[in-house]
Amino acid sequence: MSESHHPTGIKRWLYTTNHKDIGTLYLWFSFLMFLVGGVMALVIRAELFQPGLQLVEPNFFNQMTTMHGLIMVFGAVMPAFVGLANWMIPLMIGAPDMALPRLNNLSFWILPFAFFMLLSTLFMPGGAPNFGWTFYAPLSTTYAPPSVTYFIFAIHIMGASSILGSINIIATIMGMRAPGMGYMKMPLFVWTWFITAYLLIAVMPVLAGAVTMMLIDIHFGGSFFSAAGGGDPVLFQHIFWFFGHPEVYIMILPAFGVASAIIPTFARKPLFGYHSMVYATASIAFLSFIVWAHHMFTVGMPLVAEGFFMFSTMIIAVPTGVKIFNWVATMWRGSMTFETPMLFAVAFVILFTIGGFSGLMLAIAPADFQYHDTYFVVAHFHYVLVPGAIFGIMAAVYFWLPKWCGKMYDEMMGKVHFWLSFIGLNVTFFPMHFVGLAGMPRRIPDYALQFADFNMISSAGAFLFGFSQVFFLGIVLQTILYGKKARSEVWDNPHGLEWTLPSPPPYHSFTQPPQVTMAHASPR
Amino acid sequence: MHINLNTLLLYTGIMMSGAFIPASVAEELPRWQLNMPQGVTEISRDIYGLHMAVLWVCVVIGVIVFGAMFISMVLHHRSRNKEAATFHENFWVEVAWTTIPAIILIILFIPSMRTISQMYDTQAADIDILVTGFQWKWKYEYLGEDVKFFSNLSTPSGAIYGIENKNNHYLLDVDEPLVVPLHKKIRFLITANDVLHAWWVPAFAVKQDAIPGFINEAWARIEEPGTYRGQCAELCGKDHGFMPIVVKAVSDDEYRSWLAERKRQTAQERTLMAQQFSLEQLVERGEKVYQSQCMVCHNANGKGIPGAFPSLVGTAISTGLMNDHIDIVVNGRAGTTMQAFGSQLSPLDLAAVITYERNAWGNNMGDMVQAIDIARFINDAKQ
Amino acid sequence: MQAPDKKRIHAIVIRSSLITVLMFGFGFALVPLYDVFCDLTGLNGKVSLTPIHPVSTPGEVPDVRQIQMQFIAINNETLPWEFAPREFSLPIQLGKPYVTHYRAKNLSSRSMTVQAIPSVSPGLAAQHLSKMECFCFEQQRLEAGEEMDMAVRFVVSPSLPQSFSVMTLSYTLFDVSDKNTTQLTRN
Repeated sequence: MSESHHPTGIKRWLYTTNHKDIGTLYLWFSFLMFLVGGVMALVIRAELFQPGLQLVEPNFFNQMTTMHGLIMVFGAVMPAFVGLANWMIPLMIGAPDMALPRLNNLSFWILPFAFFMLLSTLFMPGGAPNFGWTFYAPLSTTYAPPSVTYFIFAIHIMGASSILGSINIIATIMGMRAPGMGYMKMPLFVWTWFITAYLLIAVMPVLAGAVTMMLIDIHFGGSFFSAAGGGDPVLFQHIFWFFGHPEVYIMILPAFGVASAIIPTFARKPLFGYHSMVYATASIAFLSFIVWAHHMFTVGMPLVAEGFFMFSTMIIAVPTGVKIFNWVATMWRGSMTFETPMLFAVAFVILFTIGGFSGLMLAIAPADFQYHDTYFVVAHFHYVLVPGAIFGIMAAVYFWLPKWCGKMYDEMMGKVHFWLSFIGLNVTFFPMHFVGLAGMPRRIPDYALQFADFNMISSAGAFLFGFSQVFFLGIVLQTILYGKKARSEVWDNPHGLEWTLPSPPPYHSFTQPPQVTMAHASPR
Repeated sequence: MHINLNTLLLYTGIMMSGAFIPASVAEELPRWQLNMPQGVTEISRDIYGLHMAVLWVCVVIGVIVFGAMFISMVLHHRSRNKEAATFHENFWVEVAWTTIPAIILIILFIPSMRTISQMYDTQAADIDILVTGFQWKWKYEYLGEDVKFFSNLSTPSGAIYGIENKNNHYLLDVDEPLVVPLHKKIRFLITANDVLHAWWVPAFAVKQDAIPGFINEAWARIEEPGTYRGQCAELCGKDHGFMPIVVKAVSDDEYRSWLAERKRQTAQERTLMAQQFSLEQLVERGEKVYQSQCMVCHNANGKGIPGAFPSLVGTAISTGLMNDHIDIVVNGRAGTTMQAFGSQLSPLDLAAVITYERNAWGNNMGDMVQAIDIARFINDAKQ
Repeated sequence: MQAPDKKRIHAIVIRSSLITVLMFGFGFALVPLYDVFCDLTGLNGKVSLTPIHPVSTPGEVPDVRQIQMQFIAINNETLPWEFAPREFSLPIQLGKPYVTHYRAKNLSSRSMTVQAIPSVSPGLAAQHLSKMECFCFEQQRLEAGEEMDMAVRFVVSPSLPQSFSVMTLSYTLFDVSDKNTTQLTRN
């Protein structure tokens, strides 16, 4: 960083418009939120360790489930992916920075305020939001604690941050690619983020609309969601899931991109089916707009709607399957080694597929009448989000951390972290399938005795998983402080423009557009 | 701040004494249950069949995909395969793994559609029951029969807070179950009084959201006698986990006699409501109500459980102003386990139990309250 | 420093922002769209809160088919009113108008205004029900202790598919006394 002229200390981070700094800020912020949300998850699992109420009261338990969901979705997963996008997209497409650097600074720095506001509700009279992260009306309107107004503003700010970030990413990808970097040559991480960014600007405003309607209902005598004034609580669910289902893909598509970068690197073989990967991602994104009501099969929809949403949901399995098959085919006849990023990526493919299987089961509308709102659903979406989104992010961190800081992490420690996380998460979430099928509803602070054994196992796994993430923090800090010097390529002949830069890359990289050759473009 | 230290300490003590799940109870419990129950209706069995079919499809696909992955991870490790292949596209392979899954999905879709059409059957039923979700209990109304009642959780709070043992039906017991006949089409019309709830009985594969202002319907034709238990399946606030559903399926004859008896009770309650009672009568009735509703926390001697549940002997409430006493029983006390009994008990039972509490265990207040006064108090409070 | 095409980026930003604004609007447009959707599909058994006069084609004979019509009364938030249908069940002939009554009594000691919200189950039957007169078309006010009979005049269209043999019409009373100025925002 010798050539750079930038302020140091706190001012550097407050005023920075550098994509690498902002990426770093996003990543650290998301890790902090990951720990906060994780502590809440552990409160939940501690209470559920045994039947009976031991640690917290039901109302506080509901606050924990609500805040855990909101913080993990909006505070941990989404900002982490935005952080990866900030760091990697300019490096991958040969751009000197993001297209709108000052906007970039703004979209990060409003986030801490949003989460400060959200977390402060825990200390307000009436407590934090306790109506679940899906905040169904009228529990979240007429029956909400007073802090709901702060919750609404926090969601607005998070939404604004996501939208600004997405516009920036779209502008960067469309307007800043180095000469020769055609769309169909972009790395898949860039592609998946490009599609994700469009999903974000399409659905975050809808969420903003939903919370605005809530605000009108609560404070200005509206009745969008109250039957008394001619509204309908079910309308809320439709609007929410019109946002919510694409949101699910927002949290997974960039992880698809990460896996598509890592698996070929460690299989030492080009990615199989680059074009079908792009088309599959685009079709998943398109389909995500017409499946939302599969979250509402028991709400009393007409038969035709049940059939339509069942079918469209099942069809999503096709492009998703294509992606899985492509990754397996990439591994096939490769020359594989299993460094930590590859371990995370392979676990991502396997466990995400298991989440996909339970997703297919949930798509069967009649069967969903049994699965809906049980721990089976909890197991399903945690299998999609933890080994899906979170493992994707961790794989990316191990993969690119040596590039970012110029130092190599300790391979042995990385593997230990992987195995602890892998075992922890399966012990936590796999038994949830069983208790769900056996009839345990979700979002309950106490349960019948026949669910006791598996819940105890789940809780034990959760603590293992939780503490292994503290270990992860240790590994990252150790790497930054004491890691061995990393080469600019880091791995064996990796593919892409980012590896042509030294590790760490200069503060201002690609000030001159690089020459994009077949060696850097995808597919090679 | 939110952590209840007293109960935590109590609980720890009980855990240490090894009273977590008594062995005798644990034996009968269906522990380690892995799969969905088949249930006792045609629909529930169809759903179970679909569930197993999809599960096996997933298992087979999983074996193939993960099998290929594991073989590759072993055979194509760098230690065995120094030089990676370079292929990265194959049109026909991609066509195959796009179309084959699509065909499998369509094959799965057809029977699913058949089952869900049956669930949406709209022919008239033999019995119509209006199910209303309340925060946090269910109300059942046999339409056209003039029988309606609330169904409350009957697990004592001592069991929840680990002060006494949990029985086999911990959290799944109610004071008054829904009683229905076998082999009849029962139509459940489902709605809610306040927020969303969902009425779910796994054995019938009936789960339907209860929405204030709207009615939904579901139906069941039960084929085996028994007691079937379920829970609310939509987050409805604080005590979402504490509003179970219990349905007793009995023969048609038994159902008829139960219904007749229930109607007689309803008529009796109605005549009693308008009457004035003497102190002795109220105390006598109130003692029974106390034993079924209050004793679990406040104890038979009214002294409660120190540190967990307050005493009623000579305290500011039970020997204080009548209005305060009525208020706490009717409206409960926020932030504690004291529930609002106003809409759970009849005004007569409320009057009786309050009168009893003021005149038992040496409280000797000598005053009383009539059902009509309670009804007035409830209505006034709504303003 | 490479000079990215500022104009191009400017255009992209404008376009993306436009999408954002449009989608915000779309969120609100979902409200009326949902109502249209409900009307078409009978989602939630929503019934119109304004009178509908069925257009009778001359020469059309009422269908001889009979169905059972059930009436339900629900008090939201344990509203202190006595509220019940005069008759729980009516056999009705399709295409023929009927009148039925609900009885309401204000048990509280103050005057109250309520809004009745209708709902029909099975939901798909809702679109075949037309109400010419209904107490749900406007808010109802009763003084303390006052009671009244409230009428519903309706007809079930012969277009009702054969698969329906029973139809339940429910009214839920919502207390709107504190919202005297608020009229129905939507129907």
